[in-house]
Amino acid sequence: MTVMEQRGAYRPTPPPAWQPRTDPAPLLPDALPYRVLGTEAAAQVDPGLLRRLYAELVRGRRYNTQATALTKQGRLAVYPSSTGQEACEVAAALVLEDRDWLFPSYRDTLAAVARGLDPVQALTLLRGDWHTGYDPREHRIAPLCTPLATQLPHAVGLAHAARLKGDDVVALALVGDGGTSEGDFHEALNFAAVWQAPVVFLVQNNGFAISVPLAKQTAAPSLAHKAVGYGMPGRLVDGNDAAAVHQVLGEAIAHARAGGGPTLVEAVTYRIDAHTNADDATRYRGDAEVETWRGHDPIALLEHELTERGLLDDEAIRAAREDAETMAADLRERMNQDPVLDPMDLFAHVYAQPTTQLLEQETQLRAELDAEADGPHHHGPEGAGR
Amino acid sequence: MTTVALKPATMAQALGRALRDSMAADPTVHVMGEDVGTLGGVFRVTDGLAKEFGEDRCTDTPLAEAGILGTAVGMAMYGLRPVVEMQFDAFAYPAFEQLISHVARMRNRTRGAMPLPITIRVPYGGGIGGVEHHSDSSEAYYMATPGLHVVTPATVADAYGLLRAAIASDDPVVFLEPKRLYWSKDSWNPDEPPAVEPIGRAVVRRSGRSATLITYGPSVPVCLEAAEAARAEGWDLEVVDLRSLVPFDDETVSASVRRTGRAVVVHESGGFGGPGGEIAARVTERCFHYLEAPVLRVAGFDIPYPPPMLERHHLPGVDRILDAVGRLQWEADS
Ligand SMILES: Cc1ncc(C[n+]2csc(CCOP(=O)(O)OP(=O)(O)O)c2C)c(N)n1
Repeated sequence: MTVMEQRGAYRPTPPPAWQPRTDPAPLLPDALPYRVLGTEAAAQVDPGLLRRLYAELVRGRRYNTQATALTKQGRLAVYPSSTGQEACEVAAALVLEDRDWLFPSYRDTLAAVARGLDPVQALTLLRGDWHTGYDPREHRIAPLCTPLATQLPHAVGLAHAARLKGDDVVALALVGDGGTSEGDFHEALNFAAVWQAPVVFLVQNNGFAISVPLAKQTAAPSLAHKAVGYGMPGRLVDGNDAAAVHQVLGEAIAHARAGGGPTLVEAVTYRIDAHTNADDATRYRGDAEVETWRGHDPIALLEHELTERGLLDDEAIRAAREDAETMAADLRERMNQDPVLDPMDLFAHVYAQPTTQLLEQETQLRAELDAEADGPHHHGPEGAGR
Repeated sequence: MTTVALKPATMAQALGRALRDSMAADPTVHVMGEDVGTLGGVFRVTDGLAKEFGEDRCTDTPLAEAGILGTAVGMAMYGLRPVVEMQFDAFAYPAFEQLISHVARMRNRTRGAMPLPITIRVPYGGGIGGVEHHSDSSEAYYMATPGLHVVTPATVADAYGLLRAAIASDDPVVFLEPKRLYWSKDSWNPDEPPAVEPIGRAVVRRSGRSATLITYGPSVPVCLEAAEAARAEGWDLEVVDLRSLVPFDDETVSASVRRTGRAVVVHESGGFGGPGGEIAARVTERCFHYLEAPVLRVAGFDIPYPPPMLERHHLPGVDRILDAVGRLQWEADS
């Protein structure tokens, strides 16, 4: 029977694929960044947590200024500062359980330090004596990642593996606004949502990717909106409000832990310093913009809240600052010591078993270093061919 | 006769001038990449171009290397001549799919109907104290991909002349810029920039009789320094600057080795599977009966690029080069 013959009985019905698989409405982020400090929500937050966040912010700021000073003294090759972004860095660290994993980008040494990593180990990469200065498994902190967004699929894979194994582990992956343009960002979010992996993505939208402002990076209503296209919730939060970032991340992590799948969180913040100490930010932005953001400083915001409510007195502020000074002095002192390096480490850990070629090269370098130690020398057999 | 006012220029400035002159000469030339507009590039090579030619001609793209090169392919399909910047060697890797599957083979796939005149500028190599992923020598990957030209300057004049030629080329050119030479200086007459150099010709940078150092890019100044130091040991070394790895100038290289009878290939890139293997094989195939010793290689070790505090042990230096020269079987001569 042809279609023409059965025409009378034919009743068009839309194919099932036409129905949306997921209702997009609940996935949409709020129109404005979510805030806690200075709002009624602040009263719901445990004062102990607020004080803890405050102390860590003060330490974090001091860590940033100390690390920047170390670049001037030649003790660090380079430092990408997170000054202004401490609320994100600190909240990301404090919100995780010990068994959870953090996937930092190259700017996130502070998050690693706030999680408990020794700052010298966190800064090894930027001092230049080794790439990763710590054992990632010991601290559940993936290596600081410089190729942008490439750590995101790793976070998804790790979270997926943990779930397959039945472990109650969540991965929190950090990325910048610029990094969201990379293909790996897309692929990671898609995998995460398809696999319902227990992973949370925190985008620190600090306004710039080196010199490029967000407007040249995306035409999306917000970066948080990108979540909807993958079928995961997007949350928009004030990235300078440590209590808000902590709460939003906490909810996303609890959701992931309970099997609810991934969340994309966009924290709106600002990179107060230049991209790194080697960058000249005056080429692409004015002081006025920076000053505006200084008026929305994460430490000042929290300090204001706490002092207004009588949760923090001068004594406590002084104690926090002293603690930060002690940390900075210790960091300074230890970074002022030359690291002891063994050139032979070049050949360590390239493979489980070095190839014969590497063993030859190792022998060659050892001979060169011995010759160097003996002072100036001739390079060929004496007198030959000359 | 007027006296010519020579002014110092850095390699970065010469590259910028080549971009500028190419853009002025040809309205289809478009520069694009991360931070190339307002900032003028992290090495300031594109400084001033957005101002002079507008943001449509010198564009800050979203941060996505595959997107940068992929859209450049489309732009070239429509008749533009894109010059894309990869911010650092290791950050070009996301663009490899576009490079290998499309850029390198579009001419061939379309039986010559649709060549892609794209220049891909890549700052490469080490020696600048860069942290992880900022010091790779990725030339072997490019050389191993048929359809790409691979060019690398070692002097200020060549930076200008070769980049102009790369942009003018109707084939895709991977233009490797030795990072640590960006600030190297030479004097030139800004009213009359150096000649446009044809792609594919090596030059003898220093003539000598004892042996030939075959090198390119960042290792050229190191080899010249080694050649100076070698005089004290009684060797008179010739230094050949390849300038172009693809196409490869067999003629100039072979002529030099036939004259000297000995050769060492020097590069930063790892030795195993590196450019030196190809070069040594070509020299041996062409000059076997002229050779007094096997062609040797001095290369970076076969390791991931080390952290800055250890890089001096990794990079080929004067002593390592002279050690290799010393192993060129001089006993046979005496
Ligand atoms: C794949 C890749 N491309 C380019 C770079 C060079 N690069 C380093 S940081 C940076 C900007 C990053 O901006 P964003 O993701 O917003 O993070 P932020 O620096 O603001 O923390 C660029 C382009 C890189 N590290 N990796």
